Amino acid sequence: MVMRDLLVRGMLAGLLAAMLAIGFAYVVGEPQINNAIAFEDRLHADSGTALEPEVVRRTVQSTVGLATGVGVLGIAFGGVFAVAFALGNRRLGTLGTRGTALTVALAGFTALYLVPFLKYPANPPSAGEADTIARRTVLYFGMLLISVVATAGAVILQRWLAARASNWNAAIIAGVVFLLIVTAALVLMPGINEVPAEFPAVMLWRFRVASLGMQLVLWVSMGLIFGVLTERATRSLAHGPAGSLRAGAR
Amino acid sequence: MAHAIAVSFPESSSIPIRDILPWAALVGVLAVILVYFAGVEQGALSLLSNQYVHEFVHEARHLAGFPCH
Repeated sequence: MVMRDLLVRGMLAGLLAAMLAIGFAYVVGEPQINNAIAFEDRLHADSGTALEPEVVRRTVQSTVGLATGVGVLGIAFGGVFAVAFALGNRRLGTLGTRGTALTVALAGFTALYLVPFLKYPANPPSAGEADTIARRTVLYFGMLLISVVATAGAVILQRWLAARASNWNAAIIAGVVFLLIVTAALVLMPGINEVPAEFPAVMLWRFRVASLGMQLVLWVSMGLIFGVLTERATRSLAHGPAGSLRAGAR
Repeated sequence: MAHAIAVSFPESSSIPIRDILPWAALVGVLAVILVYFAGVEQGALSLLSNQYVHEFVHEARHLAGFPCH
């Protein structure tokens, strides 16, 4: 496999996984967004303030808009995933192609979504204040950076230790170091709590579960689809005429 | 005889790090741009003066967990 093969498969897997995530988001996430917007409209009606103008129609937002946004994220994540897979492939011990793909996908989910989410969870419309967006964005991406560095560091530490101790013990030590760094960041980073007191707790919980579910569907299916595509290509290269020719030429 | 026992396929070895790095740099930059437009544009930063990008990808932005209004 050369880099080109992996990138093509990564972006394709990302796009296919995004389609599944779009379906999940439409069925599970959209009702929660609609509830939050209804809540927002009720607040405006009660206080007598004007409703926010609708720049893009809701029917467009919830279909083409949702699909475009998640599709773009899927392709971008797929590209990053392919590079991470190339770095990890046959460098993570005895994991096969598909095992490596799933491991890298779970690491991507943890680093790029789960850890930042634990500190600054996804909020539905109307649960944030517009004038703090700059601060919230900086903090969110700061947490994401810490999370990516901690994940990459833990993987490198695990491989370094695995050459000296057993694979299991290396993984436990690297995992503990990862959790210590992440926990320290979760405790030390400033908190954000802008959800209005009257915002229904159940609605907030359901929205956040929908967000977590969409990202999980995206990453896990990307890893599984990429694994199937790449393993098949590796096998046909190794056993096909081109593979034997190249092996004979060596 | 030597080539008969050489069974290491080029496909089955890992790609050297130095061959991955240029791709990693390019993909990293492109991914940042894509994620920026899907997740941040017309929020904390705004390159375009209206609200269309923000409102168009609004649902994905909230559900993917990016900070929004």
